[in-house]
Amino acid sequence: MKKVLYRNQFSKVFVFSLVVTLLFSVSLVAQDTVTESGDAVATEDAGASDGDAAAGKALFNQNCAACHALNRKMTGPALANVESRLAEEEGLDREWLYSWIKNSPGMIRSGDAYANKIYNEFNQAAMTAFPTLSNADIDNILAYTAAPPPAPAAPAAGEAATVASGAASGGISNEVILGALALVFALLVVMLFLVNNTLRRIAEANGISVEKERAEKRLPIWKAFAQNQFLVLVTVIFLLLGSAYFAYGWMMQIGVDQGYAPIQPIHYSHKIHAGDNKIECKYCHSSARVSKHSGIPAMNVCMNCHKSIYEYKGNPEGPSQEDLANGYTNEFYTKEIKKLYKAVGWDEENQKYTGETQPIEWVRIHNLPDFAYFNHSQHVSVAGVECQTCHGPVQEMEVMYQYSPLTMGWCINCHRETNVKVEGNEYYEKIHAELSKKYGVENLTAAQMGGLECGKCHY
Amino acid sequence: MASNKKYWKSEAELNPNDSIVEALKQNEFVEQIPVDDFLGDKQNLSSTSTNRRDFLKYVGFSTAAASLAACEGPVIKSIPYVVQPENIVPGVANYYATTIANGFDFASVLIKTREGRPIKVENNTMAKVGGGANARVQASVLSLYDSTRLQGPMANGEPVEWDALNAAVKAKMGSLNVSSKKAVLLTQTYASPSTDRLISEFKAANENIEHVTYDAISEDAALTAYENSYGERALADYDFEKAELIVSLGADFLADWQGGGYSSGYAKGRIPKNGKMSRHVQLEANMSLTGANADKRFPLTPSAQKVVLAKLYGKLNGTSVGGNTSEYDAIVEQLTGEIKKAGAGAVVVTGLDDVNAQTVALAINKMLGSRAFDADSPRYVRQGNIKMLETLISDMKAGRIGALIMDGVNPMYSLPNSIDFKEGLEKTDLSVLFTANWNETAEVVQYTAASNHYLESWGDLEMKKGHYSLMQPTIKELFDTRQFQSALLNWMGSESSYYEYIKETWDQGILNGASWNQALQDGVFASETMAVAVDEGAVVDAIEGVEVETPNVRIASAVRSLANATSNGMELTLYSKVGMGDGQQASNPWLQEFPDPITRVSWDNYVTISKSDAEALGVENENVANGGMDGSYVNLTVNGVTVENVPVVVQPGQAKGSVGLSFGYGKSVGMKEEMRTGVNAFRLYEGFNANQNVSIEKAGGNHEFACVQLHKTLMGRGDIIKETSLEVFNTKDHAEWNHVPQVSLNHQEVPATSVDLWESFDRSIGHHFNLSIDLNACTGCGACVIACHAENNVPVVGKKEVRVSRDMHWLRIDRYYSSEDSFEADNTKKDEFDGLSGDNGSLGGFGELENPAENPQVAFQPVMCQHCNHAPCETVCPVAATSHGRQGQNQMAYNRCVGTRYCANNCPYKVRRFNWFLYNNNEEFDFHMNNDLGKMVLNPDVNVRSRGVIEKCSMCIQKTQKTILDAKREGRLVADGEFQTACSAACENGAMVFGDINDDSSKVSELKESNRMYHLLEHVGTKPNVFYHVKVRNTNEA
Repeated sequence: MKKVLYRNQFSKVFVFSLVVTLLFSVSLVAQDTVTESGDAVATEDAGASDGDAAAGKALFNQNCAACHALNRKMTGPALANVESRLAEEEGLDREWLYSWIKNSPGMIRSGDAYANKIYNEFNQAAMTAFPTLSNADIDNILAYTAAPPPAPAAPAAGEAATVASGAASGGISNEVILGALALVFALLVVMLFLVNNTLRRIAEANGISVEKERAEKRLPIWKAFAQNQFLVLVTVIFLLLGSAYFAYGWMMQIGVDQGYAPIQPIHYSHKIHAGDNKIECKYCHSSARVSKHSGIPAMNVCMNCHKSIYEYKGNPEGPSQEDLANGYTNEFYTKEIKKLYKAVGWDEENQKYTGETQPIEWVRIHNLPDFAYFNHSQHVSVAGVECQTCHGPVQEMEVMYQYSPLTMGWCINCHRETNVKVEGNEYYEKIHAELSKKYGVENLTAAQMGGLECGKCHY
Repeated sequence: MASNKKYWKSEAELNPNDSIVEALKQNEFVEQIPVDDFLGDKQNLSSTSTNRRDFLKYVGFSTAAASLAACEGPVIKSIPYVVQPENIVPGVANYYATTIANGFDFASVLIKTREGRPIKVENNTMAKVGGGANARVQASVLSLYDSTRLQGPMANGEPVEWDALNAAVKAKMGSLNVSSKKAVLLTQTYASPSTDRLISEFKAANENIEHVTYDAISEDAALTAYENSYGERALADYDFEKAELIVSLGADFLADWQGGGYSSGYAKGRIPKNGKMSRHVQLEANMSLTGANADKRFPLTPSAQKVVLAKLYGKLNGTSVGGNTSEYDAIVEQLTGEIKKAGAGAVVVTGLDDVNAQTVALAINKMLGSRAFDADSPRYVRQGNIKMLETLISDMKAGRIGALIMDGVNPMYSLPNSIDFKEGLEKTDLSVLFTANWNETAEVVQYTAASNHYLESWGDLEMKKGHYSLMQPTIKELFDTRQFQSALLNWMGSESSYYEYIKETWDQGILNGASWNQALQDGVFASETMAVAVDEGAVVDAIEGVEVETPNVRIASAVRSLANATSNGMELTLYSKVGMGDGQQASNPWLQEFPDPITRVSWDNYVTISKSDAEALGVENENVANGGMDGSYVNLTVNGVTVENVPVVVQPGQAKGSVGLSFGYGKSVGMKEEMRTGVNAFRLYEGFNANQNVSIEKAGGNHEFACVQLHKTLMGRGDIIKETSLEVFNTKDHAEWNHVPQVSLNHQEVPATSVDLWESFDRSIGHHFNLSIDLNACTGCGACVIACHAENNVPVVGKKEVRVSRDMHWLRIDRYYSSEDSFEADNTKKDEFDGLSGDNGSLGGFGELENPAENPQVAFQPVMCQHCNHAPCETVCPVAATSHGRQGQNQMAYNRCVGTRYCANNCPYKVRRFNWFLYNNNEEFDFHMNNDLGKMVLNPDVNVRSRGVIEKCSMCIQKTQKTILDAKREGRLVADGEFQTACSAACENGAMVFGDINDDSSKVSELKESNRMYHLLEHVGTKPNVFYHVKVRNTNEA
C-alpha cells in the first residue's frame, strides 16, 4: 500500500513539473513576440516617416493581399520596399504610385512606359483601380511595404519543438499511470498467490486434504455436461443461433463501408476548409445544387483560392498537439498545396499555368451501387437537407470518411421520418393539400409523398 | 426365352448395310466426342508445364483469391476535371442543335450530351423542314462510337500522317497544270451552301477540277424531270398535310422516297378532324411502309404502274392514250374519278425510276394545281448525277483522270459496275477516299483519309430552298480524323477553319443581319426572302444537251413511252429499308437488330415474293421447331449479273410477277463478323434503275431468318386493333365502332370496364401518367423503337438470339395482315363461324384465318408495357420485384428480381423481356456493350441490366422523375408537354402523346376522353395506362 501511495505522489510531482515547464515556455514566447514587434516598429520609423504601418497592414490585407505579397511574386509583383525599388530602378516617385494605384488602366492607356511594361510582364492582367484610396491610405500601405517583413523566426521553430516535447511528456504521463495500475494488479495477484499458499500450508499442517475427497465424489463438470443430453441440445441450439446471429450480422455488413476513410492522393482536410475557414460545402461541391452528383470539384475551383494561398499558416493558435502528433505541420500542408500546383500545372515562379496537368485520382468514398439512383439536388436544393445529415460532421473531419451506412434501410428510415419541405414551393401546393387531407396529417413525410416506391430509386 | 428377344432401336437396323447402325454398334455416339478439341494433341499436352497438381494448386489459389477479393470492396477512383468546362455540370445533360447530312439522311436534330458525350438524338421541333429523326438518324449516335471506325489516315493500308497525305494531294494538284489530266471530286450530296462555295473556290484555285455528285441510291430520274420542267436540279417538295387525296405510284414516301421526311405531314392529315381525313391510294409492287398505311392499295408491277400513270394523265387531260393493255382501265377509271373530285386537293407522286414517269407526275400535279405540291421552293437533298458519274468512269478507264478525291461515297460497294470503277482507279494517278469506316473502296484507293462523324463536324445545309440548318460538333474528334471540307481548305492553302468559313458564308449570303449565335443555337434558320419561281419554258431551252422541245411535246412523248411499257418475266423493285437505308450504318448493331416494319425480319435482307409466284417457283417460308423462320434460297439474275443465295420471304401484298430486294446489306469489308449480313443488292442496280427485269431460279438450302413475329394475321380478333371506316366513324355512334367488351356479372352482360377483381387505388392525387397511341397517325416507321433502345440501354442480342425470340426490344411494333380483303371481313368471317366443322366451321375457318390475303389490309400497333393499374405481373412475382407506383407506372426493381419469369408468363401483352445472358462485357455478344467505345453511348441514368433478370418498359421513369425534379427545384408546376417518354419524343407524327391525365388541361387527358380511345385487351380487366385510338380508314370511294 505504501508503494502505491508513493507512485501517486510521483505522478503528482510529474504533472506539477510539467505545468511549470509549460508556463515557462509560454512566457518565453511572449517575450519573443514583444521583441519582434518592437523591431518592426523601429524599422518602420527608419523607412518612411509619413505613414502608419499598422493601418497600412490592415489596408494591405483588405485591398492588396488577393494579388500581392510582400516578398513574393503573385498575380502582381512583390511589394516589399516597392517605393524605394521604383525610385532606384525606374526613377518613379510616390506621385506615380498614387496615380497608378488610383487608376492603373488609365495609365496603361495613356501610354506610360513603365505602366505598360508591368502590364505586359504580368500577362496583361490589369490591376484593379482603387479610386477610393486616399493618398494617406496609400502612404500607410507604402509604410507597411517598406517595413521589412518579419523573417520566419528561428526561435519560433525552437518553441514549437518545446511544445512538441511537452506534448510528448504529457503522453508519457498517461502511460506511467497505466503502468502503475498494471503494477498494482500484478502485486495483487502475487499477494493472492501468497495468501493461498499460506492457507494451504495451514491446511496441510492440520492434516486435511479437501480437494481429493471432492474429486472422488464428483464427476468433472464437462463430463456431467456431456452426459446431460438436454443441456447439450440446448447449448448446441444456442450456439447455432448465436453463430447464425453473428453470421447474419457479418453478412449484412458486406458492402457497407461505413467508416471507410481511404488515403487520398492529396491530404485534403475538410476540417481546415469547411471547419476552420467555414467555406460553404456547395461553394466547391456546386453541382450538388443542380445535379445528381455532388461532384468532386475540378481543380480550377481549388485554384480560385489557392492561387493566392500558397502556404499553410495554421490556426492563429498554432497547430494543435494532436495535429502535430499526426505530423500535420504547416510544412506538411504546404507540401500538399504544392501537390495541387503540380497536378493543375501551376508555375509558382512565373504565376502561370504550364498546361501540363496531371488529373488527380481521388479514391471514391461514397459509392452507391449502380442499381440505386440518388440525386443530390433533390435532397440539397428541394428538400433543403443539410449535407451533414448524411455526410456527418465533415467540418471536423481531418480525413474524410463515410459517416452513414448508405444502406437501403437507412434511406427508407429517413424518408419515413422526414417531412417534405413544401413551403414556398408551388409544385407541392396542390398535391400536399390533397394528400395531407387524405392521410389526415399536418405534414407529409417523404414516404407518404411516394418516397418509398421502388421505382423512385431503382430504374 | 428372354435372350431370344431382339429389341429394335430403330427402323434403320432392318437394313444390315446401314452405316449409322454399324457406327452405333461400335460407339455410343455417331460423331466422335471432340476430346481432341480440349485435350489437344499429345505433343501439346506433354509440352505443357502444367501437371495435375499444378492445376489443382491454381484452382485452389484462384478460388481462395476470388473469395478473399469478394470480401473487400473494390477501390474506385474518381477523376475530376482539371479545368471544368463552363457549361458542363456532371450529371446534367446538355442539348445541342445540329444536323445530320450523310448523303442519305438529312435531318435537323437535337443531341443530348452527358459529360460531353453525345448519347441520344432527339427531334428538333423548331425545324419546319426535316425536323424528324427517323430510325437511322436516331441510331446514328451509336455509329459515332463504332469500334471499327478508322482511327487515322492510311496510305495503301498503312497508317500515315495527315501531313504526308496533304503533301501528296497538293503535289498532285500542282502537277495537274502540266499534265492535261483532270482532278475529280466525287462526293455525296451535301446540299450545303458553304461546301458548294468551297468547292467552287477550290475549282477556281486549281485547274482542271471537276465535281461529281453521286447518290448511292439515285433519284436521278426525278432530278432530271424537275430540271427539265423547272430548270433547277432539285426535287419538288410535297406537303401531304394539305392533300385530300394522295395517289402514289410506287413512291414509298413514308420511308426514303426522294430523301424522305414526309411522314409527319402525312400523319397530320390522317387524323380524322371534323369528319375529314386524307385518302391515300397506293399502287406498288413491293409491300412498302407507305403501301401498308394506304386506304386502298393496288399491287401492280412497275411496268403496269407506268401504263396506269400514262393513262391517268390521258384521262385527266382528256386526251386518249394508246397502249396495249386494258386490264388496268378500271383502276384508272376509279383514280380519275377520285382525283377529279378532289381537284386541287389531290396529289400524285411516283417512285418509278423513269424520267418520263417523273415528268408526267410533275405535269399532273401542275395541271391539278395541287395544294400539296410545291415546285417553287424545291428540296436539295439529292443531287447525284448519273451522266457525270458515267462520264467519270469512262474517263478513268481511259486514263484521263489524274486525281480522284472521294468523300461520303463507297462506289466499290454501291456501284453496279464496280469492276469498271476499279479498273479505272488503277489508271488514276492519285486516289483519296474520305471515309469514317474501312470499306470496299478503301481497299483499292491509295489514300484513305479518316473522316469525322457528323457529330464531330461543322457544316451547314439547305435542305429546302430558303430553309437552312447548321451542323455543329457535339464532341471533339475521337480519333485522328478530319472532315473533307477542312482538308479542302488546307489544300487551298487557306488558314481559316471550316467553322470560320461557314460563318463567313452565312454572314455574307444567308443571315441577312440575323444573329449567327441564334441560328446556331436553334440549328435552323428560315430565310425570309424566297426566290421567285422560275419561268419554266424559258429555262428548258437553256439546258445544255437537252433537245429543245416545248413542255407539252415532251410530256406527250413521255406519256407515249410510258403507255407502251411492257415487261417480260419477273420485275424486280429495289428499295431501301427503314432500318438500313443505303447501308452506310451497316455496322450499327441497333439498326441490324431493328426488325423491318413490314416483314419483321432483322439482321437480313431478302427477296420478297408473292405467294403464287413462290408456289410456282417452289420456294417457301417455314416456321421450325425452335420458333425460328426458315426460307428457301433463290438466285437472282439481272442482265447477266447474278446474286446467289438470296433468301426468300413470301410477302403478302407483293404484286404478282414482281419481287423486291433491299439495298444496304451484303457489306463485308471492315465489319465485324456478326454484322456481315444479307446480300448486296447494288450489284443488280443496273443503270441506277430500281426497277429491273429479273430472272429467278431456286437454289438449294434453307436460310435461317431472325424474325420477331411469326403470326401474321389478327385471326378476326377485332378488339386488338379496332378499325372502322370514315363513313361509319362519321355517321354511327361510337358504341358501334368502338365497342366496349362485355362480360357476364351475376348472369348479366356488363361492360368489362365496370367489373373489377381488385379494389382500385386512389390515383386522383399527384401525377398519373398515360400514353396515348393513335393508330391513325402511326405509320410504323420504328423511330420510337430505336429511341427506346438508346434511352434505356436496351441490349443487342444478335441474330441467333432474335431467331429464338429472345429479342430485348422494350417497344415492338406489331404488324398485322388481314386474312380476307379487309380486317372487317375477317371479323365478319369469324363471327359467322358455326359449329366445329363444315363450310362455316371454326376448325377449318381459323386455319384459313391464319393465312394473310394476297393483297391484305395492314395495320401497325406499337406495344410496350401497358402499365396496367391492375397488373397481372405484379401479383405473381414471388419477391415483389415488380410493383405499382402511384403515378401509374408498373415499376421493375432489377436488383430484386430473381428471374422466375412468372411475370412474363402472366403478362397478357407479352412485353416483358428476360436477360437470358449477360449482354455487356461478354465476348459472346460482341456488340457495342462489349467495348469501351461503344459503352459511351449508354445512358448514365438507366441501369445496365445483368443476366437473369426481367426488364421491360419503365415509361421512361427517369425522364418523368427528371421533369418533376426540375419543376420542384424551380418551385413551379409541370407544364403540359414537359412530360415525355423516349418514344413519344421521337414520334414526329404525333402518334404517341404522353402526359399527366390528372392535369385536366393536358393533351393526353383530352385524348383519353376521345371516343376513339380504347385499351388493348380491355376484357382482361387490366386497366392499362397505355391506350390506343381506333384506326379509321378512309374507304370512301368517289
